[in-house]
Amino acid sequence: MSEHDHRNDDERGLSRRKVLECMTWAGTGVLWTIAGGVPRSMGLVDAATAAEAPGLSFLQISDSHVGFDKPANPNALGTLEEGIKKINAMDRKPSFMIHTGDVTHLSKVEEFDNAEKIISQAKLDVHYVPGEHDFLDEEIKLYKDRYGKGTKGAGWYSFDAGGAHFIGLVNVVDLKAGGLGNLGAEQLEWLEDDVKSRSKSTPIVVFAHIPLWTVYPQWGWGTEDGGRALEYLKGFGSVTVLNGHIHQVMQKVEGNVTFHTARSTAFPQPAPGTAPSPGPMKVEDAKLRSMLGVASINFKQGDERLAIIDTPLQG
Amino acid sequence: MTLTTFRGMHLHAARLIVAAAVLLPFGGVAAHAQEVQVMIDNFTFAPAELTVKVGDTVTWTNRDDIPHTVVSAGKFRSKAMDTDNSYSFTFASAGDYKYFCSLHPHMTGMIKVE
Repeated sequence: MSEHDHRNDDERGLSRRKVLECMTWAGTGVLWTIAGGVPRSMGLVDAATAAEAPGLSFLQISDSHVGFDKPANPNALGTLEEGIKKINAMDRKPSFMIHTGDVTHLSKVEEFDNAEKIISQAKLDVHYVPGEHDFLDEEIKLYKDRYGKGTKGAGWYSFDAGGAHFIGLVNVVDLKAGGLGNLGAEQLEWLEDDVKSRSKSTPIVVFAHIPLWTVYPQWGWGTEDGGRALEYLKGFGSVTVLNGHIHQVMQKVEGNVTFHTARSTAFPQPAPGTAPSPGPMKVEDAKLRSMLGVASINFKQGDERLAIIDTPLQG
Repeated sequence: MTLTTFRGMHLHAARLIVAAAVLLPFGGVAAHAQEVQVMIDNFTFAPAELTVKVGDTVTWTNRDDIPHTVVSAGKFRSKAMDTDNSYSFTFASAGDYKYFCSLHPHMTGMIKVE
């Protein structure tokens, strides 16, 4: 089901205290925990039990650009399908999927239809946020009609799953000349309200199309008011920010916040500043699938950081 | 699909002009109305700044593999131009028209109309 109604998500119970009291790091063979501020290593049996504790696993796909047919990848729909097959072949079935935008290349009806046909083969709930390529139709309604049900403003929303709080943001509308991605006052106000009454031990997962952190402003890779969003998330023990848009894996950890961008399933883009522009990068055919892919995200209650595994389509 | 709006005349003649800043007068019909090109390559408007006369028409052509727009707040707004699509606007009054790509706002340009 892709037209998920975000109003009806219910929150599953979790021991929030445990997250703060018992942050764990899995190192090389030793599992450390902190209880009451004092680190201690767990016994082997405890560690084995912890390792087997089922956590939440979800998938991120991004930038499928259905309709793209230029030299960098003449068949973006085909590589999206390869990505979905990769997901279907995973040992552990993820609980759901998020799509961090640019579902289509030009917001055409048939592009949305084709994307849906392929993505639905994963048989997972999909939580979408739009990319700038999804708002190109005259009335800007095709994306909203499909994926905007129960969302606010240009399509932002939140939901709870597996003990974590998920927040889908839109930073691709009302962009200002000379600027970067933009969340806007209304959305920021909503965000502040959405998180203020939550326990600080609730793991937070924020996802949006354009990186919320400044990756490379010369190419517009950042969000003008992303810093304000992060202000509201200060104090939460675990914040994970998942983005797309730049068609390559990039990660940064700052305090309790992990920033991560996923690969596209359509075409790669150059590393910041390594090409005259951020446009689609043509690579050798044999290399293309190593630069496209999906990401799986796992977390267990009590873990401070979510484990993010980027899986290329090939290699 | 056509994303092209030509308000001026001499559509085909306009397309033959390659050098963006070259101003070619058209016959004796409208002595001062000219057609000028701005190219979009590598997420850049070229020329980024252009001076034209009142009545002139500017045509932007996208030569990237990614769609772009040209938007001047309250003045003109193109649809998304896919590869090789164009948009034209005829400037009826003098002034500085700052514009940008609403999809990639770091792309900016200006048309000065005298």
